[in-house]
Amino acid sequence: MSDIPTNTPQNRIVKNRRTPIGEILLKDLKKNKMVYLLLLPAVSYYFIFHYYPMYGAQIAFKNFTPGKGILDSPWVGFQHFAAFFNSYYLGRIVRNTITINLYDLIFGFPAPIILALLLYEVKNTAFRRTIQTTTYLPHFISTVVLCGIILDFTSREGLFNNLLGLFGIEPIMFMTEPSWFQPIYVGSGIWQEVGWGSIIYLAALMNAVQELFEAAKIDGANRFKQIIHVAIPCILPTIVIMLILRMGRMMSVGSDKILLLYNPAIYEKADVISTFVYRKGLVEFSYSYASAVGLFNSVINFILLVTCNRISRNITESSLW
Amino acid sequence: MAIKETQGERIFNIFNSVFLIFLSIICLYPILYVLLASISDPIEIMKHKGLLFWPKGFSLGSYRLVFQNAMITTGYRNTLIYVTCGTAINMFMTITCAYSLSRKNVLLKNPIMFLIVFTMFFSGGLIPTYLLVRNLGMLDTRWAMLIPNAMSAYNMIIMRTSFSTIPDSLIESAHIEGAGDITILTKIVMPLSKAVISVILLFYSVSQWNSWFNAMIYLRERAYYPLQLVLREILIANDTRNMTEGLATALDKEPVGLTVKYSTIIVATVPVLVVYPFIQKYFTKGVMIGAIKG
Repeated sequence: MSDIPTNTPQNRIVKNRRTPIGEILLKDLKKNKMVYLLLLPAVSYYFIFHYYPMYGAQIAFKNFTPGKGILDSPWVGFQHFAAFFNSYYLGRIVRNTITINLYDLIFGFPAPIILALLLYEVKNTAFRRTIQTTTYLPHFISTVVLCGIILDFTSREGLFNNLLGLFGIEPIMFMTEPSWFQPIYVGSGIWQEVGWGSIIYLAALMNAVQELFEAAKIDGANRFKQIIHVAIPCILPTIVIMLILRMGRMMSVGSDKILLLYNPAIYEKADVISTFVYRKGLVEFSYSYASAVGLFNSVINFILLVTCNRISRNITESSLW
Repeated sequence: MAIKETQGERIFNIFNSVFLIFLSIICLYPILYVLLASISDPIEIMKHKGLLFWPKGFSLGSYRLVFQNAMITTGYRNTLIYVTCGTAINMFMTITCAYSLSRKNVLLKNPIMFLIVFTMFFSGGLIPTYLLVRNLGMLDTRWAMLIPNAMSAYNMIIMRTSFSTIPDSLIESAHIEGAGDITILTKIVMPLSKAVISVILLFYSVSQWNSWFNAMIYLRERAYYPLQLVLREILIANDTRNMTEGLATALDKEPVGLTVKYSTIIVATVPVLVVYPFIQKYFTKGVMIGAIKG
């Protein structure tokens, strides 16, 4: 990880002489002039487009008006946060964000793992390649096209209702009936990402020591036992890392797909934190209020990720950092 | 191995294969349905109920309407500009950054790495970013589509990990022979990292091709709309009117509007699907490298 040379001869000399940090830095800048020059575009990009907005997030504590700018807008403390916490929307968008994530955790998280285990069991390489190719494909369909297809298939005259009609089921208004939204959202997400998500687990399985499987076979373990006792332990570190990342996102749902799919009739089940921030901020222009909601969300997400990482490090020794 | 398959294993294999084939069909069929419907006769497809396994009648009329539509061609042209320029910017930023952060003996390397990784876990939020782009005067310019997403930390980490697997002796000996960093990067590091460069190139160009949210918030001027934003009007807002305007009767408009939608989906998806098989073999490699330090 760290390859800053703490023990190389030059460095020891530097330490012994107690050269001031500024001087070391200057020497390093001179020596690696070109390296730093090559870093300049990326570093300036991150400062401008990622760190400046963090500074700009202070408008959450101000009454921001574009005319006055960030600095001159008056401070109002936690007024916007208080307004949000007391509003009717807090419960709705937090609840929807969490339930969508729970559905995805329960159904979406194991799906690629199971697919990878099943793919690994296929010994015919050509057949496995074909299945992989077809299941990765949906990943490359754009969100707009995916949502266009969903809206078309779920419409009154759409494919789903036609098929249900064959069984004598009355047409279902999938997109105006709130209770259908979350299953459709999570289900289409699994459809799009299950194959792509399996790559990482499959790769981990392929890298596992083959002798383990052979030994288990000789010991009389059948396929199922091999999966439970050999395959799953082999990919457990990968699963844990993916789970930490997943848990860190429990309070965030991307706005892209929902903005394309929802309509006011189903806000009750479809509106989440990110879509609410978008509507408040960029449709209704309540910049400060929307920033407050967004900042609240960012902080929660960050705390969640750090906590999950710490728990995982203590229990399993797998962690992100 | 001389161990024979048991009865149970054979049954498992059959069920497994059947299940995987079924899954593949589920993944492919929606796209196939759209393709078949797009080349079907509009009136017949309107009347048809249920799955399609063959086009109902045959008509390419909707494709003609799609290609004649001014917004689609504008969107296509804009998207090509955004994909080529945007990906070029992405690659330049990512490669230079990944190379510098993979070099040994650079004092500020770890702090800079931390600075970049931190942004993956914490952000200022949508509104402050929007206000920044507005203050920079980028609203309603093509720059808004190119600069705010100039690079992705995730892709940079993948590339850096791959770059750092190149033997140090190779780079050191080039250094001793007087090669500068630019020469080392372009003559040694990049040629040795073709696989990861192609994967990242694919990731960036697909995400540029598919992006629409930034366009929606930053662009009002329709002349700059990327294809996905035009698609959004046609597919999501269900606005096929300007495409079916020329048709004689109102009766024709609804069915033709439907096949026009399907044709639009195909026209917008084909380029990605055409590139995809060529680069597919690198996926595992790219995702794996990313997983090591992801």
